Amino acid sequence: MTLSTAQGIASAVRSGERTAREVLEDYLAAVDGREHEVHAFNLVLADEARVAADAVDSAIDAGTNPGPLAGVPVALKDNLCTRGVPTTCGSKILDGWRPPYDATVVGRLAAAGAVVVGKTNLDEFAMGSSTENSAFGVTRNPLDPAKVPGGSSGGSAAAVAAGFVPVSLGSDTGGSIRQPAALCGVVGVKPTYGAVSRYGLVAFASSLDQIGPFSLTVADSALMLEVIGGHDPRDSTSIPGRTPDLVAELDRGIDGMRIGIIEELSGDGLEGIAGDVRARLGEAGLALEAAGATVETTSVPSTVYGLSAYYVIAPAEASSNLARYDGVRFGLRIDAPNAGEMNTATRTAGFGDEVKRRIMLGTYALSAGYYDAYYGKSQKVRTLIVRDFARAYEEFDLLVSPTAPTTAFAIGEKATDPMTMYLNDVCTIPSNLAGHPAISVPFGVGDDGMPVGVQILAPATDEAKMFRAAAVLEAVAPEGHPLVGGGLP
Amino acid sequence: MREELTGVIPGWETVIGLEVHAELATATKLFSGAPNRFGGEPNTNVDPVSLGLPGSLPVLNEQAVELAIRVGLALNCRVQPSVFARKNYFYPDMPKDFQISQYDLPINEEGWLELPDGRRIGIERAHLEEDTGKSTHVGGGGRIHEAGYSLVDYNRAGVPLIEIVGAPDLRSPEDARAYVGELRSILVAIGASDGKMEEGSMRVDCNVSVRPIGQAEFGTRCEIKNINSLRSLGRAITYEAQRQVDLLASGEAVEQQTRHWDEDEGRTHKLRSKEEAFDYRYFPEPDLVPVDPSEEWITEIRDALPMLPRERRHRLAEVANVETASVVLTVERGMDDLAFEAIAAGGDAGRVIVHVENNLADGAGALDAESFATLVAMEVRGDLTATQAKTVLAALVAEGGDPAEVAASMGFEAMDTEELEALVERLIDEYAEDWAAFIAGDDKERKKKSGFFVGQVMKATNGQADGRIVNEIMSRLALD
Amino acid sequence: MTERITREDVAHVAELARLSLDQDELDAFTSQLADVLDHAADLDALDLDEVPPTAHPLPLRNVLRPDVVGETSDRAEVLAAAPSVEEDQFRVPPVLGEAP
Ligand SMILES: [Mg+2]
Ligand SMILES: [Zn+2]
Repeated sequence: MTLSTAQGIASAVRSGERTAREVLEDYLAAVDGREHEVHAFNLVLADEARVAADAVDSAIDAGTNPGPLAGVPVALKDNLCTRGVPTTCGSKILDGWRPPYDATVVGRLAAAGAVVVGKTNLDEFAMGSSTENSAFGVTRNPLDPAKVPGGSSGGSAAAVAAGFVPVSLGSDTGGSIRQPAALCGVVGVKPTYGAVSRYGLVAFASSLDQIGPFSLTVADSALMLEVIGGHDPRDSTSIPGRTPDLVAELDRGIDGMRIGIIEELSGDGLEGIAGDVRARLGEAGLALEAAGATVETTSVPSTVYGLSAYYVIAPAEASSNLARYDGVRFGLRIDAPNAGEMNTATRTAGFGDEVKRRIMLGTYALSAGYYDAYYGKSQKVRTLIVRDFARAYEEFDLLVSPTAPTTAFAIGEKATDPMTMYLNDVCTIPSNLAGHPAISVPFGVGDDGMPVGVQILAPATDEAKMFRAAAVLEAVAPEGHPLVGGGLP
Repeated sequence: MREELTGVIPGWETVIGLEVHAELATATKLFSGAPNRFGGEPNTNVDPVSLGLPGSLPVLNEQAVELAIRVGLALNCRVQPSVFARKNYFYPDMPKDFQISQYDLPINEEGWLELPDGRRIGIERAHLEEDTGKSTHVGGGGRIHEAGYSLVDYNRAGVPLIEIVGAPDLRSPEDARAYVGELRSILVAIGASDGKMEEGSMRVDCNVSVRPIGQAEFGTRCEIKNINSLRSLGRAITYEAQRQVDLLASGEAVEQQTRHWDEDEGRTHKLRSKEEAFDYRYFPEPDLVPVDPSEEWITEIRDALPMLPRERRHRLAEVANVETASVVLTVERGMDDLAFEAIAAGGDAGRVIVHVENNLADGAGALDAESFATLVAMEVRGDLTATQAKTVLAALVAEGGDPAEVAASMGFEAMDTEELEALVERLIDEYAEDWAAFIAGDDKERKKKSGFFVGQVMKATNGQADGRIVNEIMSRLALD
Repeated sequence: MTERITREDVAHVAELARLSLDQDELDAFTSQLADVLDHAADLDALDLDEVPPTAHPLPLRNVLRPDVVGETSDRAEVLAAAPSVEEDQFRVPPVLGEAP
């Protein structure tokens, strides 16, 4: 299988060099070949995809431009609403639910000519860091099936890494795009909060959730973000205006940029960041310097409190967002003599342990007598993190850190201890709390030969700069691309 | 009826605070474009947002904010930056199992409302929130606790509400009814709500406590739910106050409770105690951003407000030289303009007000201000008696026309004063003893006897005489 | 910070969240929640008295929608997703107690 980029596919399809249908069949063949092993998908929409691909080809025959993603197969995390198509969130409680509407991003992808190939597996309601918490089974890392792909968007990351699709969408609440991107050796982006409409993204934690792309190349993620981003009147937290040009800015380089390596997230102060990950980060720093940036270590002190604040705020919002799964209007119902007991029976049977754990944690943090000690305090910590970032960005254009503390771990390895699992998100969480964009770029491999991701963080709405630095890292990554060992067509 | 509603228990004072929920008269729901429409086939005025479907997000209705600001200004509140919060509780008619409401930062705070008698009742806050859907309990005669199952319609879910929380400044069922009536008039006047209690667009919860007269601190209160009319409001308060007094009088304590008014049984019963109160786990709604209306917007809304009932009462009472309490109905019925015009057209202010307050309950119909003024002038001149004027007025309302012609067609001719004097003289001869008693009597006796003679005159003239003129004649003759 | 979360606290919270737990689950969740909350105790080291809370990552204000009627859902499609339907309404077992 030769891996292609979305950009390459779209231009080939637009020029008539290949048909959307041919492209699709190649990818469907790849899915057929390895999906049983990887289990990236909850649902493959081969027939619907063929219809969509044929429509793209007809448009081209008719002389119309289907858009920047003409004929590009995409996969959607299964927490993005698709009209008439099951959307499970990896949960039994929504098994079989067909939303009566499309998420905004789904409409935008279709309008850009993309072809949806399927819905990808995830940790139930996006709660997890390994895609082991799905009611529909675990997803495996295509680079080593004994290992996790990361999570919660593990299916979307694995689908790209396995060559099932060139690009996919995930959602990132505390690192759920960037961490699996790092573990699967692909690019993953969490945009600025509000850059991409959340309408139709099944909520986990509303003030933290963002939809973002996975891709093999930095340029493809930039392209995807241009397509899905921009104001949406159906999301009150959507930033006014359109997405700035990202692809056109990519090659501008980083000469003269000031880049800070976040001390607190880079190992010396923080336990759990593995030696090989630290080593790659150091090399990435040198590479950025070689490209003309000044790179120095800097302190963003309150980031170390991010994990604690996050594991109060996210469960609190989740406890409320997930109340609606009550057996009344959609999804699972377990009957009982009265409505209250029906709610309880349904939720008890429908939710997995991780979801229950977070619902209870969040309910506790909001309950009478504990609000100030937990939720109130965590929101104040959020303020400190925002302030610390603001200070850092007075001095630096961008910040960098590892994406995840380690390379992909074994399936089952951390599944029994929630707190150990939560520590996976320590480097990614601060961006969610601050609402800032961040990208994970593959940068070499660890001692186990598995990919390492470097995270580049930027101030709110400064994605263009972030992508420029990511493109630099991508170009100089030590072993080239971990999946293909070289450039991509 | 009035006795039943006084709710006055000797030695005790009833303290009442009301929470009124009013549906705002917008075209769409508070957080989505689904129609805000009463009635309609079940589950047709819905969209993903009002059904609380996964992935749906709320976006605030600008008009709902404007109406809320109108309410705030009309209730003399401070209009301030506000934040929506989630109030978490499970209930089938609440689609998301939380209600988006306002909690510690409501859009309006600290105002007052003036009752028709001039007393000011504090308004603690008036905040925006969304309505719930509607459950029908099937089986068990529709009673919630005996139903076999329930059916839920989400047409009403997400309809914008303003919740107006009044201070515990009311002291009787009459006060409470006057407060709700005044609030309703205001909401209707400013176009914020249609105020229809019978359609549920205005709903009242009531906090009641009692204390011995003279005691400074409040007693323990109970909140009464399910009050569906002004009549129930009075009955519920009367019942509840008596229940609490009975408890205290027999040495027991009042427990803080939420209680349900049962209209059929005419009593309240316990829903839950304070300990069983819900833990709503309020927190700021992350899907919405703060509302911070600009000074310009608030000023624009203030400038566009119509004159409020209170001001209209004051204005009319001043022109008519009466108490504000005498023009309550006139203003409530929106007939103050007619009254002004009739007065401006030369109608006697006092008589105009009397007629509008008492004789125009069903509206002015075909009556115009000119004819109204003419009619009142005829009455004042003595061309028509009060009774005749009322009859002519009814005809003018029904059919319109020229008051003099209408009066003539009814055979209401003004009696010649000389004719009347002759009649009075004849009656004096006939009832000489009564006349003597009239002349010699004290005020009380004079009054009684003048009533007697007026009655005789009316009898003799089939009610066509003007009682005032008869009295004048008698006074004159008595001096002779 | 506050005392360690107890088994009773977890049972209460589960009730609030409409979840039922057996005894083993109650034990397991109690210790897991306690671990996470213990970790959150590191926030005690911070002086937060003068720090305002941040509820939103973006400083947006006054995001308002014109009061214009939009699309409504197709009722058949909506009801098709429901576990139980009668007379075009969502059917639920009897509701005990009234709404707050
Ligand atoms: Mg209330
Ligand atoms: Zn309310």
